[in-house]
Amino acid sequence: MKITPGAVVKGGTSLAYKTGGWRDEKPVQDLEVCNSCGTCKEVCPENCVKVIEDRYSIDYDYCKGCGLCAHECPVKAIQMIAEEK
Amino acid sequence: MRSVEVVEGSEAVALAVKACRPHVISAYPISPQTHIVEALARMVANGEVSAEYVCVESEFSAASVVSGASAAGSRSYTASSSQGLMLMTEVIYASAGMRLPFVITGVNRCISAPISIQIDHQDAISLRDSGMIQIFVESVQEAYDAHIAAFKIAEDPGIMLPVMVCMDGWILTHSYEPVYFTDQSAVDSFLPPFKPENFLDVDNPKTWGSYAEDDVLMEFRYSIHKAMQYAKGRIREIFHELSILTGRDHGGLIESYRTQDAEIILLAMGSVAGTVKEAVDMMRSKGKKVGLVKLRCFRPFPHEDIWEAIKGARVVGIMDANFSMGSEGAVGLDLKAKVCGRPSAPKVIDFIAGLGGKDLGMQSIEWIAQKAEEALYRDEPQIEPCWVNLNPAIVD
Repeated sequence: MKITPGAVVKGGTSLAYKTGGWRDEKPVQDLEVCNSCGTCKEVCPENCVKVIEDRYSIDYDYCKGCGLCAHECPVKAIQMIAEEK
Repeated sequence: MRSVEVVEGSEAVALAVKACRPHVISAYPISPQTHIVEALARMVANGEVSAEYVCVESEFSAASVVSGASAAGSRSYTASSSQGLMLMTEVIYASAGMRLPFVITGVNRCISAPISIQIDHQDAISLRDSGMIQIFVESVQEAYDAHIAAFKIAEDPGIMLPVMVCMDGWILTHSYEPVYFTDQSAVDSFLPPFKPENFLDVDNPKTWGSYAEDDVLMEFRYSIHKAMQYAKGRIREIFHELSILTGRDHGGLIESYRTQDAEIILLAMGSVAGTVKEAVDMMRSKGKKVGLVKLRCFRPFPHEDIWEAIKGARVVGIMDANFSMGSEGAVGLDLKAKVCGRPSAPKVIDFIAGLGGKDLGMQSIEWIAQKAEEALYRDEPQIEPCWVNLNPAIVD
């Protein structure tokens, strides 16, 4: 593929580029422990925590595994688990 | 407006920019560039120029405004000097990388510290590696004509790079000269509207300067180098086309003055070239075979044209109004790199001349030519640069 002068490329491609592939640790929720306080959604820098059917759910397509949600969760309902590739 | 008037250099540049019908102008005042953008601000306020004049709080923002405006498909212009150009540096590198063809007047002034508003070329030379095209002018008339050519060079689809017209502060910006103007209709026929292939468009979003990894970054640098190489031919053609239109020929990438049979050739950029021409005439009248190569285009570096002009000479003395501390002047380094190793190449000697406004009169230029000639009779090469009018007694 040829390069474009000025590195001009089609914009608005963030959704097509799944940054979850950068992750080496995956946040895993224990929904029995989760009290739905929403702290994980507040602190996620990638806006990867969504509310689906009244439960907080992590979008692994874009979660980079920073671990902020696990660190901040007041009831320790999120564990960071190493991902093997 | 009459076709010829005595105007200040800054006013002439503003009139040239006006004739190019810019869409966006943004600048921050700094001596000795201020009169140019003051004149343009006045023309916009009076409705003589239908551009948007964006007032900003710094040169960084001015460069950013013209960069963004250029990406949006607008013909854009800014000007600065010295510290202001330093502050623009990051944006200028990025703009060249994004292939945004705005025009900038680099009003040459030395760089702090110590602080000074006097002239040398250190500010423009510090932007040498940015990917921007740099054209140096000798006179107010040449500055007027070069700005009109600059937009056409920048916007050429095979070039698409920012172009800086470098003119010496005070000597050119603040002096009054008779200037011949080009008819608006002639400028319009020479410079068609700017219609880039890519431009910012909400209906068709695009990203400029997108992330490049190790597999392509070097290729982007190489592609700008290729555009620079291509630009050499286009710049010659565009200057030639303009000279036919205006009847004023300032030369191509270089201007050769009495170099045909010259044994000693001086090489200079900017307003000092006018004094050198006088000095050449004076030395010729004394029987010295001296000539001048005026370097008009510094980036891309036209070593092919320079070689054609100097190959018959015995020695070339370069007048560098800039200095790379710990090495030598920029033009000296460039020319030595391209001339060394050519068979029967003339000796090349770098003279550091005119830093911080140090005056260069006829006597200084005659001294340079004499020093260059003396070097011919020494066996060892002249490696170190030769300082002109330096007073080492006041240095510890």
